[in-house]
Amino acid sequence: MEFAELIKTPRVDGVILHRPFMPTVEGTLCLTGHHIILSSRQDNTEELWLLHANIDSIEKRFVGSLGTIIVKCKDLRVIQLDIPGMEECLNIASSVEALSTLDSVSLMYPFFYRPLFEVIEDGWQLFVPEEAFKDLESMTDEWRLSEVNKDFSVCPSYPSLLTVPKDIDDESLIKAASFRHGGRFPVLSYYHKKNGMVMMRAAQPLTGTNGRRCKEDEKLINATLCAGKRGYIIDTRTIAVAQQAKARGGGFEQEANYPQWRRIHKAIERSNILQESLIKLVEACNDQSHNMDRWLSKLEASNWQSHVKEILTTACLAAQCIDREGASVLVHGSEGTDSTLQVTSLAQIILDPACRTIRGFEALIEREWLQAGHPFQQRCAQSAYSNGKPRSEAPVFLLFLDCVWQILRQFPCSFQFSESFLIMLFEHTYASQFGTFLGNSVAERAKLQLSHKTVSLWSWVNRPQELERYLNPLYEANNLVIWPSVAPQSLLLWEGVFLRWNRSTKCLDEAYQEMVHIIEYNKELQNKVNSLRRQLAQLETEDSPLQTP
Amino acid sequence: MEHIRMPKVENVRLVDRSSSRKSQVGTLYLTATHTIFVGKGSEDRNELWVLHSLVCNIVKHKASQSGYPLLIHCKNFQVIQFIILQESDLHNVYISLTRLSRPEKYEELYCFSFNPAVDKAERQHSWDFIDLKAEYSRMGLPNKLWHVTPINRDYRVCDTYPADLFVPKSVTLPVIVGSSKFRSRGRFPTLSYYCKENHATICRSSQPLSGFSARCLEDEQMLQAIMKSNPGSRFMYVVDTRPKLNAMANRAAGKGYENEDNYCNIKFQFIGIENIHVMRNSQQKLIEVSALRSPSMGEFLLGLENSDWLKHIRSIMEAGIFISKAVADEGVSVLVHCSDGWDRTSQVCSVASVLLDPYYRTIKGMMVLIEKDWVSFGHKFSHRCGHLDGEAKEVSPVLDQFLECVWQLMDQFPCAFEYNEKFLISIHNHVYSSHYGNFICNSQKERKDLRIREKTHSIWPYLMENKLDFMNPLFKPDQIQNQGLLRPSTAPYCFKYWRRLYNRFDRELHPRQSELDCLMAVKDETQQLEEEMALYEQKLAVLDKERAKILYMQKGVLESRQALWSVPLDVSLANTPQDYLGGFIGGAPNVFTSQQGEKESTEFSLFGDKPKSSDAENSDQESGVADFSCHSSGEESLPSEDSVKDSDETGHNRA
Repeated sequence: MEFAELIKTPRVDGVILHRPFMPTVEGTLCLTGHHIILSSRQDNTEELWLLHANIDSIEKRFVGSLGTIIVKCKDLRVIQLDIPGMEECLNIASSVEALSTLDSVSLMYPFFYRPLFEVIEDGWQLFVPEEAFKDLESMTDEWRLSEVNKDFSVCPSYPSLLTVPKDIDDESLIKAASFRHGGRFPVLSYYHKKNGMVMMRAAQPLTGTNGRRCKEDEKLINATLCAGKRGYIIDTRTIAVAQQAKARGGGFEQEANYPQWRRIHKAIERSNILQESLIKLVEACNDQSHNMDRWLSKLEASNWQSHVKEILTTACLAAQCIDREGASVLVHGSEGTDSTLQVTSLAQIILDPACRTIRGFEALIEREWLQAGHPFQQRCAQSAYSNGKPRSEAPVFLLFLDCVWQILRQFPCSFQFSESFLIMLFEHTYASQFGTFLGNSVAERAKLQLSHKTVSLWSWVNRPQELERYLNPLYEANNLVIWPSVAPQSLLLWEGVFLRWNRSTKCLDEAYQEMVHIIEYNKELQNKVNSLRRQLAQLETEDSPLQTP
Repeated sequence: MEHIRMPKVENVRLVDRSSSRKSQVGTLYLTATHTIFVGKGSEDRNELWVLHSLVCNIVKHKASQSGYPLLIHCKNFQVIQFIILQESDLHNVYISLTRLSRPEKYEELYCFSFNPAVDKAERQHSWDFIDLKAEYSRMGLPNKLWHVTPINRDYRVCDTYPADLFVPKSVTLPVIVGSSKFRSRGRFPTLSYYCKENHATICRSSQPLSGFSARCLEDEQMLQAIMKSNPGSRFMYVVDTRPKLNAMANRAAGKGYENEDNYCNIKFQFIGIENIHVMRNSQQKLIEVSALRSPSMGEFLLGLENSDWLKHIRSIMEAGIFISKAVADEGVSVLVHCSDGWDRTSQVCSVASVLLDPYYRTIKGMMVLIEKDWVSFGHKFSHRCGHLDGEAKEVSPVLDQFLECVWQLMDQFPCAFEYNEKFLISIHNHVYSSHYGNFICNSQKERKDLRIREKTHSIWPYLMENKLDFMNPLFKPDQIQNQGLLRPSTAPYCFKYWRRLYNRFDRELHPRQSELDCLMAVKDETQQLEEEMALYEQKLAVLDKERAKILYMQKGVLESRQALWSVPLDVSLANTPQDYLGGFIGGAPNVFTSQQGEKESTEFSLFGDKPKSSDAENSDQESGVADFSCHSSGEESLPSEDSVKDSDETGHNRA
């Protein structure tokens, strides 16, 4: 298909762009296969380059022959384009609408994007399971890397290599997989070096109403326990929801069959509820009525902060079981691709200092989200402004980032990256020139040949000049387990994402710059003083023989 | 002292409200000025001192198995819970404390017995630290249009005003007297702030006694004179900070507001800030919300909303913005009043001043502002803070709201203030503590009569000595946008809950690492480095000149420096998990075997749908919790020691 067919009017002159807290720009609007471009053709005025994929919805308005298009983006920005001429405006709107809702993945921009930078380190090869397993091997010999899912037939949403207990053979894995939703049998998520405890994740067991059981599944998870030790199963659903799941063939582990495990139910909501919550939250943040009452009750009614609290609490609980109780943990919800991953990845941030570095965080996202089969493509197809019929969109990953931000706020010196890194990741999950977040699983990505046909986000981000933008100037590595507060008084609204386009950040930017300046100046002085000392010491040793009588 | 029925109670349990596991046993002492708890802990002598004057109320709770709980709520939002074994002891402590925390005479207040080791001259000097005359001359007064009137020298015209007041030179004494007779409590219009650049002023007064139709020529002349003292302007604003309905109701009592028809060239404006009673109730609700133990998100947000507190803060801010814009943007003078002109008027004038003048965003400037607009102009500290036992209806968090407005501004303009929030919190604490004499009494006259200056100490030099604690490392006074008028946003989401104040004593609720402390440590080090560098450069210069001579190198600062900015991490706390599931986990080992065979239903009620409620209730009574506490306290001490070592080491490496 040619994009040109969809572009009814490729360019219009005299278009005026309005953006909040920025001067208006008048210029020429161009439509390409993947971008809306607005350029004033003057120096030092910023141009607008907007990916069609970033467009969540479009509204048209007319006053006389002047048309206005309101473009609402997935990164929550809202911009306005005044387009002279009714026909031009209609054409632009319908073209953009068509281009921003293309269904075929292979027409997405990452397949057309050619990097203008040299790829030094290919992000596609950066985080391979074999490497992670080598690390694990250096700590314990209880685990092995199984190729049972080599052709993705045992579990289509799992990667081809999985870490499982050494004593469990592939045969048993296949049987356990048949007992778990989507074939997602329990696999290793995290090994806590300090005490050898582990976190596993899976999907719900298919017990159904008649209480089916599976010896291999029981054996598999029991194999992760040391003799005489107990473990915790954290079910991210309430007991009521878990009960209901039985009717649809799902369910939860019965005590009788898993006597060494204690089950805890938490209440992380399912994806459609999270999506509704996001929509309400964004509505509240964009409410221009400026009525104090409405703001707080709308914020409350969105339930967003409650979701943040619940997810964080569950992750803390998992971490607490591992680190404080010295117990192993199995986490699952229903499918094991959403709330489960929120919990396992956040628990690692709490427990493992490595996850708080940039590389470590990237590796965590690769391991616990991309390779673990979080369906990014489905979840991030639409964002908060979409008028389209909701399918399986949900801000699952955004909530995870929000939780990370909360921990970052409480431990501002413990993360190598700053808030801007999290915001960048949020943007790229919804619209990107890179292929990293395309597809819903390793299997799909392999089929799309993303690693050959697109550039990895990490290839770009990890270049030193880019990385610099995301470094936290206050970072001081520490090896502690960091326990955040989950009290409502301690949890904040993530303004950097949700109020980003509704406020002027001049003063906040100034504060950030000052912070960077303070620290850089300090480092500079340290270097100077050190070199002066050396100089002085040298002079003195040179001089001292002269003085000796 | 005669009020102390029981100077000492043994075996009292001090309950840590964040987690019941961490309570400690010790001895409770009652002294004339403090309640003191001394923990029995072997080495770390854990002491808790609470000033009686900070105690707001004392509540006996229903007896539990462990004893008789006594809750002490403090004016600085600290809540202390003791458990006393004997009912008779509880009763005695309760009666004594109730009396001690409600002094009947000024002489009983702590400031009169507080006796630091300073001599008389030094004490006198401490009171001269803030000099309002110097402040007015900083503004550019007196000048050819404004001067000090001697009329209130002995407080005869208005006993709640200060002795020295600025009025337009053009008004005669009879005009002032006439105007004062037409204003509530004689509080005639007088200058609060003068803007050197454009001669616009903020003046303040109380409401006029206009009733339905009364007028007063002198008062009209007074306003005219104020307007004329701003030569460039053709009108002035009169801002009534009350809701219109309240102001109208006052007319029936012979009071009210200015009629635009009677005064030349005034523009009259209502700004609906609620009265002290509404504010008191609002803060009470806010305090209840802040003190909730493990509330749900909804409970917290809705509680915050239902308190209306942030709405009130916003209305005060909006009034301040209106006035500051009138002065800075339009160059128009403003007269501000409410009913008596000592609550809302003080708030609004001082908020406007902070917005207008960068000086008030410095540490010294803030002190001056409070002395001027609050202390000297007769904000009724004794009544509003409830220093003495008396009318509960007179208590109101008027100054709290001003401090909070400043805090909200600091949040929006992180580089515009020399001070940080600890400064505001410290002021808040001392306004209520009656530790120093500044905030005692209701007016300058009362303070003079009581000889406060001779008998008590001033707080300001003390705060200034601790200046380093109060500095904002991000302060950039030279930046253009921090120089002139601040233009804050009043979008609802810009008004935030002030956790550091209302949950001041709940350490576990605050960030475990502080950006502020970290940056201060870096700045501190930078300063040392600068000094060191200067020293070395000097030495090098000397060495260059006389290369033959040897100079024994002094051990530089670099070596004496210790772990630097890795320290701010509050290690013990950072490494302590919260109660994420209400003590469930600890209970598990016991429960385990017995529950194995049990039905789902037990699980349902215990850990199923409502972890929330179990959070609150389980933690105290469940037997398993005790196990957990031994278990975890043993463990806690170990990792945190390790981590202290860790951070020390990293510090050394850096150095």
